[in-house]
Amino acid sequence: MNRGPVRALIAVLVSLFLTLILLRATGAPPYESLAVIFDGAFGNPGRIADTLMAWAPLVLAAAGLVVTFAAGLWNIGVEGQVTAGAIAASWVARELPGPAYVLIPAMLLAGIAGGALWGLLAGWLKVKGNVNEIFGGLGLGFVALSFATFLVIGPWKREGVASTSGTDPFRPEAWLPTVGDTRLAPVAVLLAIAGIAAVAYSIRGTRFGLRLRAVGSNPASARLLGVPPQATLVRAFMVGGGMAGLAGAVIASGIQHKLVPAIAGGRGYLAILVVLLASFRAAWVAPVAVFFAAISTGAAQLQLQLDLDSSLGGVIQGILVLVFLLTGGLLTRWQSRKAAASG
Amino acid sequence: MSLLLQEISKRFGALQANDRIDLELKPGSLHAVLGENGAGKSTLMKILSGFIAPDSGTISVDGVGVRTGSPSASLQAGIGMLHQEPLVCLPFTVAENFRLGSDLGRTEARARLGELCERTGFDLDPDEVTRTLSIGRRQQLEILRLLDRGVKVLILDEPTSGISAAQRDALFSALRGLAADGLIMLFVSHKLEEINSLCTSVTVMRRGQVVGRGGLPAPEDELVRMMFGEMTATLPQRSGMVGKANVASLRGVDAGVGRGSITGADMDVREGEVVGIAGLEGSGQDSLLRVLTGLVPARHGRVEIGGADLTRSSNRRFSEAGVSFLPAGRLEEGLLPGLDLTEHMVLAGSVKGQIIDWHKASEHAGAVIRHFRIKGRPESPVESLSGGNQQRVLLSMLPDRLRLLLMEHPTRGLDLESAAYVWELLLARRKEGTGIVFASSDFDELLAYADRIIVCYDGRIVADLDREDTDAEQIGGLIGGRGAA
Repeated sequence: MNRGPVRALIAVLVSLFLTLILLRATGAPPYESLAVIFDGAFGNPGRIADTLMAWAPLVLAAAGLVVTFAAGLWNIGVEGQVTAGAIAASWVARELPGPAYVLIPAMLLAGIAGGALWGLLAGWLKVKGNVNEIFGGLGLGFVALSFATFLVIGPWKREGVASTSGTDPFRPEAWLPTVGDTRLAPVAVLLAIAGIAAVAYSIRGTRFGLRLRAVGSNPASARLLGVPPQATLVRAFMVGGGMAGLAGAVIASGIQHKLVPAIAGGRGYLAILVVLLASFRAAWVAPVAVFFAAISTGAAQLQLQLDLDSSLGGVIQGILVLVFLLTGGLLTRWQSRKAAASG
Repeated sequence: MSLLLQEISKRFGALQANDRIDLELKPGSLHAVLGENGAGKSTLMKILSGFIAPDSGTISVDGVGVRTGSPSASLQAGIGMLHQEPLVCLPFTVAENFRLGSDLGRTEARARLGELCERTGFDLDPDEVTRTLSIGRRQQLEILRLLDRGVKVLILDEPTSGISAAQRDALFSALRGLAADGLIMLFVSHKLEEINSLCTSVTVMRRGQVVGRGGLPAPEDELVRMMFGEMTATLPQRSGMVGKANVASLRGVDAGVGRGSITGADMDVREGEVVGIAGLEGSGQDSLLRVLTGLVPARHGRVEIGGADLTRSSNRRFSEAGVSFLPAGRLEEGLLPGLDLTEHMVLAGSVKGQIIDWHKASEHAGAVIRHFRIKGRPESPVESLSGGNQQRVLLSMLPDRLRLLLMEHPTRGLDLESAAYVWELLLARRKEGTGIVFASSDFDELLAYADRIIVCYDGRIVADLDREDTDAEQIGGLIGGRGAA
């Protein structure tokens, strides 16, 4: 039985209710707060542009996670893979001369390579070193974050003064071109659409995707059917890491225009929530990510208009995912009870 | 203090695991529950200890009914179970584990532990950390804890696997002492020698039913006959299809660890030959089959497939050399739950290319389903199929050309029609020169289809018999340990 939509609807309604209670409890005007968030995300073309620019890297990172989840992996290291991609793209931006049409593709490819390398390390740790991917990913995430900080205040420090606010901005050729006077970079949005579409297609329609799902279902059986589990897992990590790295390159080239220490900014972890809410299905990632990007972007207006901290947006996102997981758990429990009672 | 089970039944899907089981035990009974894997003895013990709720039937202790389906209710009624893997908390000391779940104070607990050690003859250091204890000692701790909780019925599930001979002797003498005090011991095992030396009565189960009861000790071949049923094998005529060349050979192979490992195995399989492996569960057959597929490495000795030395090779090299393996755990080791039949067949090579033509793949799957008479559709998830149909799916995915085919319990859980069809397919393979090795606990199956029968006992190959020169009586004796050096 496909109960995904029912479950999502219940979760949205329940979490909306909880959010309203929470807002009232903190003394904020509940309905007005939600209206401010919505307006902050979609109120004018500039805000829509910002929401889309938050959406694009989130979708790319989530697309990478769909790949690793298909193979049964908890790729918690996605935040580190985004960071590694951003570092690699920043390096190209700083070192490679030439016009934008050379520089930007090179940055994006470097981002993919950086993220894939970070995924490869997590994969090797798992299959060669027998390190659970959750711990390996967390560790590598810290390494990537620390390395970015080291670059920003060390070798790549700003002219004259080292600051954790970031490196000097890249030269303009390394910036993703934007539309009008908004911050919308169409390349980022197109890459996200292409990325999630490619993942959706490969998981269902290609041998690569089928082999991932085989290993995700049962590694022992997959081996007997001629699918080597270890090599397949490493491949999943590289592809997933590459997508996350591309997200990092988009952030560096299209949003920050420089390397900052926490350049992933929690988007990797947010992408895990997106994929959980999308029930690991590629087709649902894009719409779910719109919701998350809108809350992230719109919550900034809470501070400006109602003097509420924008972290409220994170609370709403968290409540939604928890309620969604809870409804799933309760539905399963309820069904097994029913099955036990009738069997 | 007496125990009474009446009309206990439990069904799992199509499998009747327990069928109206009655059991009555008097105080001081040392009672064995005997049966092959799948006979229903574990299910019965889990029902008795409250881990599984029966579909129907009642349990009473001293004439008082016990609420079923609740471990704590069973424990309160005085029924305790010693699990195969003792349930201890590894970082804790012996005394701390002993106190878990009881309301004894620290010093009281130590005193009580000392008392119980004296009563049972176990020698446990209260300050030793459980992690460093052997399985046998963890078991002793668990028994003492159950005794402290006041159990009057103690269930022991295969308690002697993985413990030393000295610990086994200590365990047995403690159990005899407890029985003398009026406790009831229920001893689940398939080791005939052990139950004959320890227990005073036995219930034999087969296919979910009680098929025999009696006093112990009893002749082992009689017990084996009860476990496996009357041996009515008639020998079908068989043409000489066995070739001369070896498709596989083992020389002095040690493989696997602990229970189920095999030591010093020598074995040959020739082209077109069918070799059956007999043995009680856990006698080494699992490791023997897996070392022939490269899934378990040989620690010593030499493994050859088609004359090539593959001793240190991966499972992939074995596959390339034409070896396939169909494990007993169809959903656990052979199939991919969540994937449908078409997807399985694509993985097995039904369509080629990186981009999958699902239309073509589905048509192909439909043809395979018709050819192998599988009850299912191309889009059926494999876990929705019955055991017989899952086995057909596995057979349908085998490569066309095979040098060696290994199978575990090829027809276990299958209805007669499916079983006959599976063998029809297998015998067609042997005509093409494929060597077949299968492990089975069904004597009729072994005698009907094998050219040679290899008997495993206690991790060793103890006999290699020509089918023409043996019978069920002899095999039954050998798997129970008679004739073992």
